[in-house]
Amino acid sequence: MLTLQCPYCGVMAEETELSAGGEAHLKRFGPGSTDADFETYMFMRENPKGVHFERWRHANGCGKWFHAARCTVTLEVFGTYPAQTSVPPADLLDKIRAARPGFKWREFE
Amino acid sequence: MKRYSVFAVAREGARHHTGWERAWRSPEPKKSYDVIIVGAGGHGLATAYYLGKNFGITNVAVIEKGWLGGGNTGRNTTIIRSNYLQDSSAAIYEKARDLYETLSQDLNYNVMFSPRGLIMLAQTHHEVRGYQRTAHANALQGVKTEFISREKVKELVPIINIDGPRYPVLGGLWQRRGGTARHDAVAWGYARACSDMGMDIIQKCEVTGVRRIAGRVVGVETTKGSIDCNKLGIVVAGHSGVLAEQAGFRLPIESAALQALVSEPIKPCMDVVVMANTVHGYMSQSDKGEMVIGGGTDSFNNYTQRGSFHHIEETVRALVETFPMVSRLKMLRQWGGIVDMTGDRSPIISKTPLENCFINCGWGTGGFKAIPGSGWAMAELMAKGYSPLAAEFSVDRFKEGRFIDESVAAGVAH
Ligand SMILES: Cc1cc2nc3c(=O)[nH]c(=O)nc-3n(C[C@H](O)[C@H](O)[C@H](O)COP(=O)(O)OP(=O)(O)OC[C@H]3O[C@@H](n4cnc5c(N)ncnc54)[C@H](O)[C@@H]3O)c2cc1C
Ligand SMILES: [Zn+2]
Repeated sequence: MLTLQCPYCGVMAEETELSAGGEAHLKRFGPGSTDADFETYMFMRENPKGVHFERWRHANGCGKWFHAARCTVTLEVFGTYPAQTSVPPADLLDKIRAARPGFKWREFE
Repeated sequence: MKRYSVFAVAREGARHHTGWERAWRSPEPKKSYDVIIVGAGGHGLATAYYLGKNFGITNVAVIEKGWLGGGNTGRNTTIIRSNYLQDSSAAIYEKARDLYETLSQDLNYNVMFSPRGLIMLAQTHHEVRGYQRTAHANALQGVKTEFISREKVKELVPIINIDGPRYPVLGGLWQRRGGTARHDAVAWGYARACSDMGMDIIQKCEVTGVRRIAGRVVGVETTKGSIDCNKLGIVVAGHSGVLAEQAGFRLPIESAALQALVSEPIKPCMDVVVMANTVHGYMSQSDKGEMVIGGGTDSFNNYTQRGSFHHIEETVRALVETFPMVSRLKMLRQWGGIVDMTGDRSPIISKTPLENCFINCGWGTGGFKAIPGSGWAMAELMAKGYSPLAAEFSVDRFKEGRFIDESVAAGVAH
């Protein structure tokens, strides 16, 4: 079973204690944006076969949203971090680059 | 190709089965083809078959990274039905169901289509209203379904517990000509027919890149070298995002593992397919006697082809409350497939930003039933640039807000 550490309460939570919230760091588009922008925000997804950044909620615990970096093939978890950021933390990106040379996710590589 | 028939069985029986031919050739790729289809699952093979049969296009290669039918086509629980809600869905799923009726004769290959009847249980008042609405919609679409009483459900399925414990059965949506087919045979039958028309099915060959010049595809890179083509069809289910990235566009698709399991074989006890969407489980009995059980989809993106263990527990719990006898069954095998989910739970059969590249994907948890209809529509789209069956399923529907919402019809993963 997948386990993720909640960055707020520190609990190592099992998958059944969490709820998955889909792709992280989606940029919202407001009034005046184009149809294409809105489509990208609403529907278009990275869906990588490899490292992915995603949202999770510690639903049956502290209830807070957080982010995780995880490989979609091996389920290896590279780290979790609080939700109050629009980009993954630099040290986490370094760790992923070291573990997965050639890694690419949106503008990050 | 030697035809299969009762005479062939008798002849081969008399000579110790020494005269059977290989069902399809295993050629090395040629330098170039009119059409390359990526993915030898049911949808890819059916696309190739109808390109040949309906449009005379036979200079075709179907390229498969593993073995043909080894993706979701060989991993699914084989439910066939067309009781969807929206008109465009009913049209393509019913076309497929109708083609299944005579597919064995058409392919000269027994796909074991078994229209044994299928019930979707209504276990809440909301579901009763929902399925009554579907039955009315189906009547207008020419799809034969009816809403049946709980007593009729019990009569059709004696092993069911209609009284609860949590959700008593209140009725059901019944499709008499729904049922199952043999999944491998569908892939094998199409493959044999394609090979017979001179098409090349190239297995153990992974597409690793899509070569493009000025907005057009000119060929693909593969683990067996580079191959040119005039048209490209991408039909790779869970790996659609990977291929789209190679081709330089994005898709509104997310991939996740969906599981299934089968029990030990037992004596015949249920001769229809039953789906219980509220408690989330469904079951049918295979010809071998195994109870074939569909599980849940992982809630997070992944390509593990395995699935999270707790889904098995949830599924089996749901089935035990619906069919108490299941509690005494031993399970034999469990497996997973990578399903390609869209936001509206409807497929994509579409042109792409590349002029001569087409994509067929997004069948998610329920595309086995659609294989003949989907191949039919995709072949027409690739040959003529337009297919009435496929038109509503184009990928721009997400930009235009024309969703084909089947989240109810696809409520349980099947
Ligand atoms: C557990 C489970 C139960 C299901 N139950 C049902 C059901 O009861 N009824 C129903 O209607 N549907 C069901 N489905 C859904 C159904 O199986 C699929 O929608 C359908 O089989 C998809 O067929 P396909 O041909 O598109 O994909 P696949 O059969 O997955 O074929 C795609 C092929 O593309 C190949 N490929 C991928 N990448 C590459 C590459 N780079 N190069 C070359 N080849 C590549 C793969 O190896 C694969 O063989 C179920 C699915 C699962 C997983
Ligand atoms: Zn927490």
